[in-house]
Amino acid sequence: MVEAIEFPHLANKYQAFGVPLTVINETIRVEGSVPEARLVQELLRVMEKEKPGEAAWHG
Amino acid sequence: MPTITDKDRKTIQEWFQKLRDPVRLVVFSQEHECEYCQETREIAAEVASLSDRITVEVHDFLAEANVAQQYGVDKIPAIAVVGPQDYGVRNYGFPSGYEFPTFVQGIVDVSTGEHGLSEATLQQLAQLDQPVHMQVFVTPT
Repeated sequence: MVEAIEFPHLANKYQAFGVPLTVINETIRVEGSVPEARLVQELLRVMEKEKPGEAAWHG
Repeated sequence: MPTITDKDRKTIQEWFQKLRDPVRLVVFSQEHECEYCQETREIAAEVASLSDRITVEVHDFLAEANVAQQYGVDKIPAIAVVGPQDYGVRNYGFPSGYEFPTFVQGIVDVSTGEHGLSEATLQQLAQLDQPVHMQVFVTPT
């Protein structure tokens, strides 16, 4: 858990505007409160051979 | 100075009926206090006082940098919620507002080891072949 207000540089880096925002391995963003299955799906993307690129920022 | 209300204290103590294994709240702060370091230390102590299964240890982020590194703590204030096994639960920032019950629930989860995840999730997670770092950004409002 990271308090966005106390760590504004991190909130800014990951564009944590409306929270919650889950950031996985510093590259995959999941906005909002999502169902368990969706979170797991996003989490497993860390194993993708091609690293999530810019597209991850619009996920 | 943050104080847990009597009503909240009762609720927390009810939640703490479920505690099983001891939990350490490992707080990282620093001598020249960061903005919410004092409040964070105090809330950890208050929560810990509500159960004899919870203890608090406070480490100086700078003077005990090796300990911070051991816990993977890279910013303060931080509370590592650690059971007999360290599941990597870290709270960064003072846990206020909606994050406070989440913090307390985290203590219960670490103590019971109950993750509440579905069988399907467990099977999927078993495929993981590398460490995963999850950061959940929250605001107190």
